[in-house]
Amino acid sequence: MKHLPLVWAGLFRRKTRTFLTLASVIVAFLLFGLLQAVQTAFEAGADTADAKRLLTTARYSIIEPLPMAHLRRIEQVPGVVGVAHAEWFGAKYQNESNAFAVFAVDPARYLDIYPQFTIDPAQRQAFIQSRTGALAGQRLVDRFHWKLGQKLPLNSEIHPKADGSMSWEFDLVGIIDADDPAVRRNTDIVLINAKYFDEARLVGKGRTGWYIERIADPAQARAISAEIDRLFANSPDETKTQPEKEFAIGFAKQIGDIGALVARILVAVFFTILILTGNTMAQSLRERIPELAILKTLGFSDGRVTALVLAEAALLLLIGGALGMAAAVGIMPFVNGSTGGRFPPLFVEGQTWLRAAVIVAALALAVGLPPALRARRLRIVQALAGHR
Amino acid sequence: MIRRALGSVVRITAVNLLTLPQRVGPSLVVVVGIAGVVGVLVSVLAMADGFRHTLASTGRSGRVIMLRAGSDAEMSSGIGREQAALLAGLPGIARDAAGRPLATAELVVMVDLPRHGQSHPNNVPFRGVGPAAFDIRDEVKIVEGRRFARGVREVMVGRRASAEFAGVGVGSRIAFRDSDWTVVGVFESGGDVHESEIWADAEVAASAFRRATYQSLTATLADGSDAGLAALTDLVARDRRLSVSVQREPEYYARQSRTLSWLIEVLGYTVAVFMAVGATFGALNCMYMAVASRQVEIATLRAIGFGGFPVVVSVMIEALLLASLGGAIGGGLAYVYCDGATLSTLNFNTFSQVAFAFRVTPGLLARGFVWALIIGIAGGLLPALRAATLPVTVALRTG
Repeated sequence: MKHLPLVWAGLFRRKTRTFLTLASVIVAFLLFGLLQAVQTAFEAGADTADAKRLLTTARYSIIEPLPMAHLRRIEQVPGVVGVAHAEWFGAKYQNESNAFAVFAVDPARYLDIYPQFTIDPAQRQAFIQSRTGALAGQRLVDRFHWKLGQKLPLNSEIHPKADGSMSWEFDLVGIIDADDPAVRRNTDIVLINAKYFDEARLVGKGRTGWYIERIADPAQARAISAEIDRLFANSPDETKTQPEKEFAIGFAKQIGDIGALVARILVAVFFTILILTGNTMAQSLRERIPELAILKTLGFSDGRVTALVLAEAALLLLIGGALGMAAAVGIMPFVNGSTGGRFPPLFVEGQTWLRAAVIVAALALAVGLPPALRARRLRIVQALAGHR
Repeated sequence: MIRRALGSVVRITAVNLLTLPQRVGPSLVVVVGIAGVVGVLVSVLAMADGFRHTLASTGRSGRVIMLRAGSDAEMSSGIGREQAALLAGLPGIARDAAGRPLATAELVVMVDLPRHGQSHPNNVPFRGVGPAAFDIRDEVKIVEGRRFARGVREVMVGRRASAEFAGVGVGSRIAFRDSDWTVVGVFESGGDVHESEIWADAEVAASAFRRATYQSLTATLADGSDAGLAALTDLVARDRRLSVSVQREPEYYARQSRTLSWLIEVLGYTVAVFMAVGATFGALNCMYMAVASRQVEIATLRAIGFGGFPVVVSVMIEALLLASLGGAIGGGLAYVYCDGATLSTLNFNTFSQVAFAFRVTPGLLARGFVWALIIGIAGGLLPALRAATLPVTVALRTG
């Protein structure tokens, strides 16, 4: 630690060069923070998934509806402590398709299954009791400037009302939110009352999109899933039940290998940084060969000189990495603001910081080790004589 | 005068370039940095372009697709059997030699198929088509096996779907719902979106998937002009039994690509801008080094009468040359690794899988190259000015 001023002085010996290198490192880590946030947003469902929740969909295609009658039979399965159901409404709001998801649900069952959603108890009660009531996520309410108690006109692209019209109207009776930012991503939804919805629609009565089960023991997830599917095997409405996490991962996989794409971009970015900083370090060392020789003359051991050079690379990357990640955190609110809520909220997770730290350490070694070893091998006499 | 100036530019530049091998390290930084930017930019944009191209090349302007009014996609549309019959019989629709309307009422369901080597299911569109479908879409060609026979559970698979998803080779059997289907053929349709689909007879599919209605009706216009389309639209609008929208196929399919291509482009440009900023710092660094290492030499040249202008130009030429090299390498890598590579993803507009190929077009390569040159200029200008304006005496003393 006492050598920090020495390392610092070495680092900022050539100010322009160091600042330019530092700037590239900062940009690289800023990009790293942003891309990781995008990637976790794509895989969002998977990390907020609850091991105590299972999801039942139609066996051959997740968009086929299932009979509402499955509900009672699923409830009987040992180990299942609660069942909810939901159906995709296919909303078109202000002429925009799927601006947000709307689910027709049984209010109490649904809210009980997702305890992470926070809601005022009076509003919860209002949703349960009013037929045409609707709940909306806080982010949606902010984005569209909705007010509690207002009418919510929604067109459905899939479900006509009994009179053939596709325009529905609901009353906004409550707002849901979540404390955990990752869960908050899942609150970009509007919930409507399935009972009213099923009565009022023209076709598809008595069916729902999927079931969500709450189980007591996550270790039993597989056995219970198999048991539920066995109930409906060989019926016209066979089911596929899986833990919520598996479902979410499967859905993210549908988007394809976004993860692989992001990883490839990041490899390109860091490879560039590696070359850039590596070159700076090599250059800086070459200029200071006589200085290092003098340090050795003064009694600095080979190991200490090696450590000094290595520390310089580490310090450069550490400063750059920290500033870059801080910048990523800093611009996140602006990024989220500019997507207008169209994209799930992005944020830098703890794990991303951890990964950044690992990359800093790896780059520091890759960049610092070659010049450090060169400094170690330096012969004092030759070094002093060889330079003008 | 001009000849003399030009002569000195050429001479100084030649000296610069001759000393380049002594500065391999820093020069490499510029080249690699810019190659990285251009490579990432070109490959991500090639992805957006390939996706858009696949959807945009679907359909012909002489054909229309009819959906339930208000629906943006086939999945959310519904057309009853009586409606379909009414629509097909409209006078605006072309007829074949035997007098049958060139119209196909179709239904689309999603079936789950895993990708090769994976087990996660993907929403693959399964399209039931009418008998006229092959006459209407004459771009559809069988590349392996044969067409499905009518009235039996046989399917043919699009070329891209068969390349992307497992278990759909000719001869294999696929189980959907309570039905077994035999794959009898593979078809291509000019690289459009139908190549990601599975096709079967509409009637067989309707009974197997228990569908009472169709989702869309595709037809060839008798008169493909705007007037012909307007007449048909008018007829449909006036019939109170119909609540249907009529669109030309290319318009419909182009709209399907909006969300995803927007998303890919935003991602691509954002990443490229950040990388370009980083690369500019790298280039600045390198060119400052280059100028500093030749400080005495440049000052000597200026002392014996060369002006500042040739010095600026020579440094800029060096920067641009390195940038061009980087741009060419980046574009080349993107071309070698990405062009033609296929990818399948979920199209948010249709909620179904679309397979498409990356398209590294000359236009994209040119755009990447322009980016390279801009970075080169941004990285070279300040060091060049410094070299040209540093007082000769100072330069000679401190060099």
